[in-house]
Amino acid sequence: MLSVQNLHVSYGAIAALKGISFNVPAGTVVTLIGANGAGKTTTLRTISGLVKASSGNVMFQDTDITNRPSHEIVKRGLCQSPEGRMIFPGLTVRENLMMGAYLRNDRKGIEQDMEYGFSIFPRLKERMKQAGGTLSGGEQQMLAIARALMSKPKLLLLDEPSLGIAPLLVKLIFEKITEINRDLGMTILLVEQNAHMALNVASYAYVLETGEITLEGPAKDLASNEEVQKAYLGM
Amino acid sequence: MSTILRPYLYLAGGIALVLVLNLLVGGIGSYDQRIVVNIGINMILAVSLNLVNGFTGQFSLGHAGFMSVGAYASAAFTTMVLPAASDPMSQGLYLIVALLVGGLAAAVAGLLVGVPSLRLKGDYLAIVTLGFGEIIRVILQNVSSLGGALGLANIPRHTTFLWVFIILVFVVFVIERVIRTTYGKGFLAVRDDEIAAEAMGVNTTRYKVVAFVVGAFFAGIAGGLYAHYNSLIKPDDFGFLKSVEIVVMVILGGMGSTYGVIFAAAALTYLPEWLRSFTMFGIKFSDFRMSIYSLVLIVLMLVRPQGLFGGFSFKGRRAAAKKAPIG
Repeated sequence: MLSVQNLHVSYGAIAALKGISFNVPAGTVVTLIGANGAGKTTTLRTISGLVKASSGNVMFQDTDITNRPSHEIVKRGLCQSPEGRMIFPGLTVRENLMMGAYLRNDRKGIEQDMEYGFSIFPRLKERMKQAGGTLSGGEQQMLAIARALMSKPKLLLLDEPSLGIAPLLVKLIFEKITEINRDLGMTILLVEQNAHMALNVASYAYVLETGEITLEGPAKDLASNEEVQKAYLGM
Repeated sequence: MSTILRPYLYLAGGIALVLVLNLLVGGIGSYDQRIVVNIGINMILAVSLNLVNGFTGQFSLGHAGFMSVGAYASAAFTTMVLPAASDPMSQGLYLIVALLVGGLAAAVAGLLVGVPSLRLKGDYLAIVTLGFGEIIRVILQNVSSLGGALGLANIPRHTTFLWVFIILVFVVFVIERVIRTTYGKGFLAVRDDEIAAEAMGVNTTRYKVVAFVVGAFFAGIAGGLYAHYNSLIKPDDFGFLKSVEIVVMVILGGMGSTYGVIFAAAALTYLPEWLRSFTMFGIKFSDFRMSIYSLVLIVLMLVRPQGLFGGFSFKGRRAAAKKAPIG
């Protein structure tokens, strides 16, 4: 569904991505793991058009979407839940979700998807009329994921959903990621520092180190790989 | 009450209120009338700047520049194009036409400034808009057909209390209506988190330009009202200090709170006038009224940095959430 080929991105003179390539087949959860500064967020932002690539291609459903404006990319069915949640603090939970459906006009479908969001994260329904900024970190992450789902994406990009959240909620959120993939057949590209959790829910994984992919394979194999265990799983 | 009708009832109520006040205003002196009309014009300016600075979160320091474009365009149109109007009917009609000309001229200026500069953020945008205001002022000072530094004189006095406040009601109505639609929430999304808004598919640049152009349009109308009230306009009327005055009204009222901004515009326009005649312990405050004005601003910003009414709706929402049944 998504295929990235030889992608280069630099911020000024600093190369953030040095030609990475990977694939996300339809219906799967693929994860990109790596440490701070490896280029994970840059990769996602380039895919959704927030950062411009200097060379290489991003193909989505056989169309080249490299460096297209992000509102066009969202329209094609690719939506991102950004790093650090980035919900709209001044809007209510409901208004935040409605912003996710910004490009849609089918009132009925929007209501249905909001109900689905509430069914996987009942906490959001309780807080529907509350300003987004008053939610806890975990609740904000739930909101960010539910909001991304509101655009009815074909591919969901999740940027570090575990960042700065209580361990118990991290577990819950990863369970929900599996659930979303199962219920909706949603294709998910998950970017994570928490390799342990990510390898648990993903079927295929790539390891990103300082802008290059150093290792790839089925998530189970990587989880038992000695190098990965040492570097990312703390074993 | 039907939620579809409610805003229109507010609109009708606002107009009715203005009509009643219009009867009362006839009874006060011309000096006080002048203050009231100035309050109304400042309210239009503050409410329109609030769309840019408050709702969309773009810090513009050039509002007086757009006001001057509107003032000069409408005044030039009235004095050079339109024939003289004697009866109130045609005066009103000519005023509306002239205001539209002024508003559109300001909107075009807003577009020309906005498209290249709205890629900038925060301080940089403030500097560019500040520069724009100054450029307009210097240009006007040097165009002799518009009176140069002496200003444009003999503009017919078409502006009345009624016109200013009816227009204010419409401006408030339009902005409050738009901000409540799904489209309007896009402005708030751009303010709250630009990257997230972009990631949701919101064309953030277009929103910023729209806010800028609409804000400039209303500022141009306010400028037209100003020109047709004072009969004489000078480039210095629309200097940097005027822009700052409007920004202060928005910040003091509470960014993004239309009613707070309206209140602040009234208070800040009236305060210096009131201090003119205020005496306490035998001290005449008129001598250092501007110092007191500044002092009031400093104290208010220390006590309520979010503005008088800022965060008001935020708390209202929290209270509403507490009341809502949990399920």
